Amino acid sequence: MDVKIQVQDLSVRFSGVSALKNVTMEIEANKILSVIGPANSGKTTFLKTLNRLNDLVAGVSVSGTVFLDGKDLYKDCDPVLLRRKVGIIFALPLPLPASVFENVVYGLRRQGIRDKKTLATAVEKALRDAYLWDEMKDRLGELALKLSGGQQQRLCIARTLAVNPEVILFDEPCSALDPLSTAKIEEAMLKLKERYTLVLVTNNTKQAARVGDRTAFFLMGELVEMDVTSRIFTAPLDKRTDDYISGKFG
Amino acid sequence: MMFTPRVTQKIAFGVLLAASLVVLLPVGVVVFVILKNGLGAISWEFLTEMPRSGMREGGILPAIVGTFCLVTGALLFALPLGLFAAIYLSEYAGDNRLNRVIRLAIVNLAGVPSVVFGLFGLALFVNFFRFGASILSGSLTLGVMILPVIITSSREALESVPKSFREVSLSLGATRLQTIKHAVLPHALPGILTGTILGVGRAAGETAPILFTVAAFYLPKLPTSLFDQAMALPYHLYVLSTQVPNVEAKIRYGTALVLLAIVLLMNLTAIAIRSYFRSRKKW
Repeated sequence: MDVKIQVQDLSVRFSGVSALKNVTMEIEANKILSVIGPANSGKTTFLKTLNRLNDLVAGVSVSGTVFLDGKDLYKDCDPVLLRRKVGIIFALPLPLPASVFENVVYGLRRQGIRDKKTLATAVEKALRDAYLWDEMKDRLGELALKLSGGQQQRLCIARTLAVNPEVILFDEPCSALDPLSTAKIEEAMLKLKERYTLVLVTNNTKQAARVGDRTAFFLMGELVEMDVTSRIFTAPLDKRTDDYISGKFG
Repeated sequence: MMFTPRVTQKIAFGVLLAASLVVLLPVGVVVFVILKNGLGAISWEFLTEMPRSGMREGGILPAIVGTFCLVTGALLFALPLGLFAAIYLSEYAGDNRLNRVIRLAIVNLAGVPSVVFGLFGLALFVNFFRFGASILSGSLTLGVMILPVIITSSREALESVPKSFREVSLSLGATRLQTIKHAVLPHALPGILTGTILGVGRAAGETAPILFTVAAFYLPKLPTSLFDQAMALPYHLYVLSTQVPNVEAKIRYGTALVLLAIVLLMNLTAIAIRSYFRSRKKW
């Protein structure tokens, strides 16, 4: 198996309060890892350590190591360059108040790319990969805030794809979307894993089961267990996992 | 005697409404009196000519120009400085001792009486830096005076931009500076502009800070350089009202009207800018 990210003994505290405790795992390249668990189980904290977005929170302290392709994220990486490699999709689609086109090229422009042809090509490619091109090709100049919720979320995916990352993190990407939009995003994810490594945090265990190759179950900041998705959902080793996925709590 | 809750409610409503109306009263009376007495003085000549016969006749052009120069100068000095300070305080500085000291300094600066700013300007800009009584000294003094307004309003505007915009921008590989420039400042701009224009309104109307640093008693010519003295509307008004005998009332009220109109116009601009930007943003 081809390991993309290696997490060793990762703990995170916010102003002394423990949010993640001694997590160790390996994330496979070109696969989707589903991360499930009840609220406050450290899923999102875990996700945000992978592209160092937790750095923004005052009072955060991270111990342990995270390797991306063998490089220590917290020692040998510039966070700005890291975030170009590890993109993230947030729960609420948040297009910037600009046109569809400008939203997609935001990351590229910040890298200093000005060439119109390069930008236009990137926009088309990113929108196609996010299953949005057909709907958007005549509306590139429109204000992104006018799109529907599902379109906005796919626009956010396109915006992340345009930066050309290697890993894409999804933080409950469908929690604000209707079933049809959810289906489109899941379809996009299954296609994207051919070229990217995906980590999906979700509150929806069915979604985790539908798209995840492997599934990790978090509880109160601890990684309870992680295995091939079908195994987790049919024969979990830990009773707490069983209780959660069968809906006894959560 | 006891009132029923319904009656109590009505009484409370009446008291609150009355309190709000009382606020209107002084504003209304001031504007009414100035309009009534000053409107007659306003003419093309009044706005575009030099004062004559010891300021008892002619126009107030040098005072209008002087005020305009002072306000522009104050703005050129205070806006960049205040904005940069606000950005540092809200985006970079954590909750450390330096930050707390700066905040305390800003609060104190806002509470300093304007005449103290005047003396400060006299000591620092006029005497120590040897700028003399000049537009430069006056602008800098006014600029220092409006700094806290600009810093405070800019900081509030920056801090009211949701954290998620910063996260999105950073997650797309932007640096912190790029994030501030492209994802935060555009949203904070209306608030910053509003605060700035309110500060400018205050700078235009203050007398004490310019008293020792720039204002000329009677100077019937337009300033030609930064080191010239200049007339200014608030000081001119003070002079007309207390220092020059036998000035026609309508000239005094006319001067007050022009000053009031300038300040009001600036506040209206602030409101217009704010509502224009508000109608465009949404999150």
